[in-house]
Amino acid sequence: MTELTQLGIKAIRDGVAGGDFTAREVGEAFNAAVAASDPLNAFLVKTPERALEAADRIDAKRAKGEDLGSMGGVPIGMKDLFCTDGVETTAASAILGGFTPRYESTVSQNLWDAGATMLGKLNMDQFAMGSSNETSAFGNVISPWRKSDGGNAAMSPGGSSGGTAAAVSARLCPAATGTDTGGSIRQPAAFTGITGVKPTYGRCSRWGTIAFASSLDQAGPMARDVADCAIMLGAMAGFDPKDSTSLDMHVPDWEAALSDDLSGKRVGIPREYRMDGTDSQILDSWEQGKQWLKDAGAEIVDISLPHTKYALPAYYIIAPAEASSNLARYDGVRYGLRDLPDGAGLQDMYAATRAEGFGDEVKRRVMIGTYVLSAGFYDAYYTQAQKVRTLVARDFEQAWEKCDVILAPTCPTASFALGSLDDDPLTMYLNDVFAVPASLAGLPAMSVPCGLNGDGLPLGLQLVGKPFDEQGVLNAGLAIEKRAGFSAQPEQWWS
Amino acid sequence: MSVDTKQVAKIASLARIAMSDTECEKMVPELNNILDWVEQLGEVDVTGVEPMTAVIPNHQRLRDDVVDADPKTGGNRRDDVLANAPVAEHGFFGVPKVIE
Repeated sequence: MTELTQLGIKAIRDGVAGGDFTAREVGEAFNAAVAASDPLNAFLVKTPERALEAADRIDAKRAKGEDLGSMGGVPIGMKDLFCTDGVETTAASAILGGFTPRYESTVSQNLWDAGATMLGKLNMDQFAMGSSNETSAFGNVISPWRKSDGGNAAMSPGGSSGGTAAAVSARLCPAATGTDTGGSIRQPAAFTGITGVKPTYGRCSRWGTIAFASSLDQAGPMARDVADCAIMLGAMAGFDPKDSTSLDMHVPDWEAALSDDLSGKRVGIPREYRMDGTDSQILDSWEQGKQWLKDAGAEIVDISLPHTKYALPAYYIIAPAEASSNLARYDGVRYGLRDLPDGAGLQDMYAATRAEGFGDEVKRRVMIGTYVLSAGFYDAYYTQAQKVRTLVARDFEQAWEKCDVILAPTCPTASFALGSLDDDPLTMYLNDVFAVPASLAGLPAMSVPCGLNGDGLPLGLQLVGKPFDEQGVLNAGLAIEKRAGFSAQPEQWWS
Repeated sequence: MSVDTKQVAKIASLARIAMSDTECEKMVPELNNILDWVEQLGEVDVTGVEPMTAVIPNHQRLRDDVVDADPKTGGNRRDDVLANAPVAEHGFFGVPKVIE
């Protein structure tokens, strides 16, 4: 029998439904992989018993001949940004230390309803702020990938969904949830050789997901291939009356409509994404991607997204502005940490609690956000950024007159060594330069692995689609996946 | 525009984050680097452009004005709401004395 931890969502679901193995056997195999994974620091909380109880329920349902759901018997990891009833949820922060929600996020509930089970909660950048997974209050996640130079330098799994990316690529789980505010699904997927989808803004409910920047945050699946992402996104998505920005739209059967035949489709290549300083191997992979899509029947067209250069600075005003407001709730009163110095009053308690509980990057962003929203600076920074955001979105609208889907690199570089960008927040922010425009415009986008660079590290290609056209994105992703034939795995050095 | 230590201290106080003078000084160049960089947005001609308010067109939905409309998020959940409080007394959140 194939080793169970090598199987993805579809293979597990079909195997459990067909009686090739039980959900309990699958749960036990992945529990063992998770238990042996501590050097990666991917899991903050492990829930092996919960995984097995849910697996037993699935096995019992099968014995009775009941429907097991689209993810029946599939154990997954849950990014620690999702509130899970009865399981500690901290968003990798100290300020939410000990917070155990008494409710379940809509996305996680949807997954359990589809038959999935939970292996544990995954480490991440604190409050999803970071692109390298070095801002967690519980230590860095170490990528399972290493350079092929024989050195053992600890590499970044990307961020903020770095625990998710590390866990999926290390075969600790077949798939896991991510969230993407400005690239937090796509960049770590590219860094670790896996597949990740950010759907159209509003496809997945934000209810019960710890908020970073509400107009950008969107949950999505991270898995080993396109089909698994299609299945899991179908399970996560759906209208939720509890989220006022949730899309009241039918969720298509993305899995059933998967096709890598791109005949009649036009793929746009944005000329502004060819930036100075982009790694030549990334540019080569982009050329290769064009060829693959042509082979799949698509026509390649040159397009222009003239405001690309301004997307990232606009993002670094809008996202911190929303974060400074969202994170105002962490004040030591209702949940989590409280720091009450002797004789202190209420205001001192707030300030001491937040000083103690927030990490450096979170403080930096809350400070930037507070500044750009403050009297006298609001119009110069915030209103200007929101106008630029309109222009970025308009660029895409105009591009859709010429093409159906856009192909670009996911990131300007492959993974880098942990610690190498410590003192340089701006360079770190540049990691998301290709991912942020689609986030500002709320568009569906994904990263698929396309090969390894000269250092033996994975590279990803990004596909961006029209609003609500997840299918177009998935199909173009599938066309690349089939032709890239990416099957590399990190060597298992951690257990 | 750039900030100095005094302004950083003011922002920290608005953001309710206690910060020592040393920490404020350390943050001055960090914030200025980022602010210098976002300054390039000023180059963009935004004449006649409306600021974005909703990324995907969506109509505003309001729920029925009913207490306990959703059993998970409506009323009568006092114990759940207080379960994670650092200090809860008599069914309320406990905070330090505000009025002498």
